[in-house]
This record gives sequence, C-alpha cells and structure tokens, in this order.
Amino acid sequence: MGDLGSAVLAAIALIRDGDPAMLGILGLSLRVSLTALGIAALVGLPLGALLAVARFPGRHALVIGLNALMGLPPVVAGLLIYLLLSRSGPLGRFGLLFTPTAMVIAQAALIAPILAALSRGVLEALWEEYADQLRSFGAGPWRAVPTLLWDGRFALLTVLLAGFGRAAAEVGAVMVVGGNIEGFTRTMTTAIALETSKGDLPLALALGLVLMAIVLGVNMLAQALREAAGRGGA
Amino acid sequence: MLPIRAEAVDYAAGGVPILRGVTLTLEAGPPCLIIGPNGAGKSVLLRLLHGLLRPAAGRITPAAAIRGAMVFQRPVLLRRSVLGNLRYPLALAGLGREEQARRAAAALDRVGLAALAHRPARRLSGGEQQRLALARAAALAPDVLFLDEPCASLDPAATRAVEAIIAGIAAEGCKIVMTTHDLGQARRLAGEVVFLNRGRVVEQSPAAAFFAGPASAEAAAFLRGELLW
Ligand SMILES: Nc1ncnc2c1ncn2[C@@H]1O[C@H](COP(=O)(O)OP(=O)(O)OP(=O)(O)O)[C@@H](O)[C@H]1O
Ligand SMILES: [Mg+2]
Repeated sequence: MGDLGSAVLAAIALIRDGDPAMLGILGLSLRVSLTALGIAALVGLPLGALLAVARFPGRHALVIGLNALMGLPPVVAGLLIYLLLSRSGPLGRFGLLFTPTAMVIAQAALIAPILAALSRGVLEALWEEYADQLRSFGAGPWRAVPTLLWDGRFALLTVLLAGFGRAAAEVGAVMVVGGNIEGFTRTMTTAIALETSKGDLPLALALGLVLMAIVLGVNMLAQALREAAGRGGA
Repeated sequence: MLPIRAEAVDYAAGGVPILRGVTLTLEAGPPCLIIGPNGAGKSVLLRLLHGLLRPAAGRITPAAAIRGAMVFQRPVLLRRSVLGNLRYPLALAGLGREEQARRAAAALDRVGLAALAHRPARRLSGGEQQRLALARAAALAPDVLFLDEPCASLDPAATRAVEAIIAGIAAEGCKIVMTTHDLGQARRLAGEVVFLNRGRVVEQSPAAAFFAGPASAEAAAFLRGELLW
C-alpha cells in the first residue's frame, strides 16, 4: 500500500515537472499514432464509402473480412508487418524494421480495416436515405462517394476517434516491429510494459495516467460529436 | 424531353403488381394532375416517369436515365445549409459558381426562404423543407417537373403561395406533372387530369371536362368522396 501510494505521488511529480524522458515518449507515441491514423483514413474511409455504395461480386465477403479484421490482435498485425519488413522479407531492403516508420505502418495496417468497416456502416445508412435523391440529380454511386464522405463528416469523425483510440492504446504491434528502443521507438504502451516489469512503477504509472487521460479525452470528444450531430442532424 | 410516352407499362414489387397496362402521354402544356385514392400507384407512376424505377413490362420514351426533375412525397434534404442544398444539384449539372449563386438566390426568393439561406436544411420546419425541395428542383430549370404532393405539409396560406409558384413555373414553359389529394387544388391548377385507381389509368381527360363530369363511374365516385381504396 505504501509502495503504491509513493509510486502515485512520484508519478504525479513526473507529470507536474514535465519529465523530459516522459515527454519524449509521449511525443513519439502521438506522432506515430496520428500519422498511422492519417494514412489509415486515406485508405479506409474511401474503401468504406465504396463498400457502402457499390454492388459487386465478392463485396459481401469483403465486408465480412473487414469486420473480422476489426478483431485482429495487434500482436498478430505486428508479426505480419515484421515478416514484411524483416531483412529477408519483401520490403527488407528499405531497412525499416525497428524504426518509428515501421510502427506507423503496423498501426496503420491495424486500424485501416477498422476505419473501413465502421465507416461502411455509417455511410450505408446515409446512402440508403440519399440514393433516390442523388439519382434524381443525376449522380450515380461513384459521384455519391465524395458527397457521402462530406455529409457524413460528423459520424466519420467519431469513427476516426475510435481508430485513434485503438492505435494509441495498443502495445503488441509497436513492440514487435519497433523493438522498444529507448529514445527512438519507445512509446507509452511499450514503456509501461517495460517499466512495470523492471519495477520502475512511477514512470509506468505516470505514462499510464497520461494515456488514460488521452483515451478518456478522445472518448468524451467522440460522445460530444455524436450528440452535436444527433441534435442538429447537421 | 417531351412528349413522354408510357406504353402498356407494368410494374410490380416483391411479386405484387402495382401498376398494370399504364398508357399515357405527357405533352408540353398546362399542368397534368394525377389523382386517385391512397395506394393507387401515383407515387410509383411518378418515379417510373422520372426514371427512378424501370417498368417490368412495356416501355417509357424517351429512353433516358433520368427525365426532368422531381420533388418526392417525403423530401430528402442533404445535411447541408439551405443554400448548400440548392447549389448541390446545380454544381452536379455543371453550372459555374456565379450561375449557381444566381439561380440559388432567385429560387430562395421565390419560395420565401431567403432569410434562412444559411440554416442547416434539416432543422427547417416540415413546410419549409417542402418549399426548399420545390425550390431546389425548380432551380434546375427542367422541362418536366414531377411533384409528389408538394403541398402535403403546408398551411392554407403557404399552399396558395406554392400553387402560385407552381403556376408560375408552368407559365415559364415547364411541364408540371403532380399528384395531390386536394381536389380544390387540382381544379385550380390542372390543365388535364389522369385518374388512377388500383394501379390502372382509368381516364386521362382535359381538366374542365373531368371536373364537369368524369367519363368513368369510379372517378365520379372518387369526386363525390365515395371511392375507397
Ligand atoms: N417498393 C415497394 N414494395 C412493395 N410495395 C410497394 C412498393 N412501393 C409501393 N408499393 C405499394 O404500391 C402501392 C402504390 O404505392 P404508391 O406509393 O404509388 O401509392 P400512392 O398512390 O402514391 O398513395 P398515396 O396517395 O398514399 O401517396 C401501395 O399499395 C404500396 O404499398
Ligand atoms: Mg404517394
């Protein structure tokens, strides 16, 4: 009990003083997860929109596949990217393994299917409502994609926040492809895992508190957006 | 686009026949009012003529993906401002920004919504939404405008105002094809009447003749308020 109490106090002190090691880890984590989110959004949102409007053979299987990929364990995603990037892998000559870039790739691969599957659900409902009206204006499914992405923007923001939350909180993928190298590829989640096993509870706790604050903040923002969108039907 | 001809058109949904052997011609001229009881098939007929539905049998000419513009019985407004709703189809039709702005402003003025231009469209009242949907379709300056009960949620004054707008659009040379349950409105607007009952065109007559004494017993019963679905 005394241990826990002093660890919490030490953690709070680290946060209060803006401990440079902690801030470095925090900065890298945010950079990696936000970049991964950006890349995953560029792929996932248009894919979700396409799946919402297009009817082609294999679409159903693709939707089921994406929904299944939503539950992909991060450590397995990490393993697959590891095999791609390792020296003998197809992308080995770029020497990306154990760099922040590798972590970005792994997280993007992890959350792109999530963004695609969630945005498909959101946009399919919107398309059902809009389809006749847009066809009446002379817009087919292809032209509808940018319209749906724009008119569904509030709902899609909550989808993005869900993706970011998943990326920021996962540990398996970044651990496997990043290697948890101090000052280079050590993120909040891998640092927490390491410091806990080493027994440096204050730093682990401090990072844990910051991570919880971020995840909580993201969820509150998502909730507020949902309510704003629901109120306005904007 | 005119004349639009439907020849022996059948339509069914889920194995249930909805329209049977519909033959009619829409020529340039005063408004054509499609009347008939609930469930007669009026909305389905408008969607077929507009091009949103394909006939199961028979044909509609000219063969085009979409004929004219349409206002649905339940208007679908985009999640945008009132002005954004007006500009969307104009942009889609390839009009330049200035022309879009000019037409949108004129259309808003026409339906009395100029003061609401920057409001989110879906927060308008039911009647305001219906007027916006009418303005949006009319701004396209189509040669045929299909209107499915365009006054259904309007108060009496707004109904008269919208009737005047519709008459104005018709006077500019646009063929109006519309449904209504308001027989007074049909008398005021119609140049010709198509009477639809149970998925069949029972008669297509000049309005004056129709209201003076319809050719069919069914239409006569309908006008007396005695024909039920
Ligand atoms: N997609 C559909 N699937 C099954 N039945 C349909 C479909 N669309 C229309 N119907 C049926 O076809 C009939 C005609 O419908 P329609 O909407 O054209 O009637 P209406 O004449 O416009 O009636 P109202 O005056 O109530 O608007 C109705 O019985 C309706 O239930
Ligand atoms: Mg109807």
